[in-house]
Amino acid sequence: MRRPNTPTAVAITAVALVVVSVVALSVGRYPVPLWHVVGVVTSGAFGSDSVSDPERTVVILVRLPRLLLAILVGGGLGLAGAALQATFRNPLVSPEIIGVSAGASLGGALALLLGLGSIFLVGGAFVFGLSALALLFVLTLGRSGTPMLMVVLGGVVVGSFFSALVSLVTYVADPYTTLPAIVFWLLGSVATATSTKVVIAAVPILAGAAVIMLLRWRLNVLSLGDEEAESLGMNPSRMRWTILVATSLIVAGAVAVSGVIGWVGLVIPHLARMWVGPDHRVLLPVSFLAGAVYLVLIDSLARTMTAGEIPLGVLTAMIGAPVFFLLLRGNRDRIWDHA
Amino acid sequence: MLELDDVGFGYEPGAWVFRHLSLTVPSGSITAVLGPNGRGKTTLVRCAAGLLKPREGVVTHDGPIGFVPQARGGAFAYRAVDMVLMGRVRQVGLFASPGRDDRVAAIDAMERTGVGHLRDRQFPTLSGGEQQLVLIARALASDCPMLVLDEPSTGLDLHNQAQILSLLRKLVADGMGVLLTTHHPDQALFLADSVLLMGGPDDVRTGPAAELLTDAELSRLYAIDVHTLTYEQNGNERRAIVTRYGDELD
Repeated sequence: MRRPNTPTAVAITAVALVVVSVVALSVGRYPVPLWHVVGVVTSGAFGSDSVSDPERTVVILVRLPRLLLAILVGGGLGLAGAALQATFRNPLVSPEIIGVSAGASLGGALALLLGLGSIFLVGGAFVFGLSALALLFVLTLGRSGTPMLMVVLGGVVVGSFFSALVSLVTYVADPYTTLPAIVFWLLGSVATATSTKVVIAAVPILAGAAVIMLLRWRLNVLSLGDEEAESLGMNPSRMRWTILVATSLIVAGAVAVSGVIGWVGLVIPHLARMWVGPDHRVLLPVSFLAGAVYLVLIDSLARTMTAGEIPLGVLTAMIGAPVFFLLLRGNRDRIWDHA
Repeated sequence: MLELDDVGFGYEPGAWVFRHLSLTVPSGSITAVLGPNGRGKTTLVRCAAGLLKPREGVVTHDGPIGFVPQARGGAFAYRAVDMVLMGRVRQVGLFASPGRDDRVAAIDAMERTGVGHLRDRQFPTLSGGEQQLVLIARALASDCPMLVLDEPSTGLDLHNQAQILSLLRKLVADGMGVLLTTHHPDQALFLADSVLLMGGPDDVRTGPAAELLTDAELSRLYAIDVHTLTYEQNGNERRAIVTRYGDELD
């Protein structure tokens, strides 16, 4: 497959995001025709009489925050996954591997267990997500230059530890009140989106994404391995920790508002790399946009397929796994030799 | 110019890979490091390139060193020109991407090593020789006055080996200093101004290539009977080094 050039690839994914966004605002239990959606969105600028008030309410107050949250979370996870795969020089790494997802889960689960408000839910996910990273840092401290393998193993250790604590929290939770709340939150959803949550997610996700985007070319160099990166004049250890902190911000922000949504951070960067190649100057923006497209699509399915809501974490895996499998089979040689 | 002054290194305390090693590689000259496997050749060049911090002594050099590792596929299939561009890390700002100057430097370096036509090929799909030439181009793109290469001709066929040797000769003629390791004494004889023979922690010798690469020294170093043949090429007297196989078990 020929690799598209950078502007083409970014433009195609950006247009795709606009299209699925308009469709996502249109579909649901209260369908709003596509041209009305466009009318609502542009009415601020032009004024539109053809749109009814209920339609305006549904689009602006109900679906728009949810759409924005799906874009932020999906894009953030796609970008974080791509950055981590470069950092660990392994196309099969995902944000779960550094233990931050598990840490953030514990923070959120604790807040739900103690019946604290949504501010504590978000704050807890944040604080514990970042403490997972701090723990990882302490575990690997003192090893000169913190070699990559040590960080990967440390991430597995930290992740397992926090997962065990999450299990403990669900075990002691009241099976009639807090347990269902914790379980549903952990399964992942953007159904409870509000404009406040959008802002809360936007700050860490966009901050982390900005740092990673600024370092996009240096990620190429880091992905060569510590020795080559150092011989070319880069400090690989400092670069790796910068990327880890930035991805932790993204992952903690995403988990805080939407629970644990797996697979996006693994599958999206992988598919993007098969399409545009491994150069992070183009891979990173494409991964962000494609992750956003994917999660908007999945969320639209989640709320329209059945009368109830299907958790996002369930759908991303159910759709992601077979698609990933087929693509791996079709591209076996390419992926394993030089993904 | 690259200078190692009384340098010692060991991975474990008390166990030295080498010690009291002094070496000067002036600009416009080649020094070759020879020795059996596992005696510290790679360790030495990593110390020289600044990738390992010596336990004793100091390494000094003017300007950055271009290190050329042994070619390996790598995890991601970057284009050859993108690999070479990565040599510009020192020139590109922290939050910037390479600009026009960097691309010109990269393409110029690829032309110098004769791989300009491979620009858009994916690095892992190149042959071993082509990969080695791309990695040398990457070091050149960094504008370094000194190259350190770890076994640049290992794993290459005869033609590719010759191509690497000619390229290194050309670079040295332009004023580059080169330190390399090799398993080919005859290539060291052809290329190098001086050689370093590493037989073990207490058995390191340096000197002019022509003086040190004798039958006796090489036979002792590799523990196998080594023989020098003399022949004529374009009116010059050349020497080739051959091993006499079959006696090594005695």
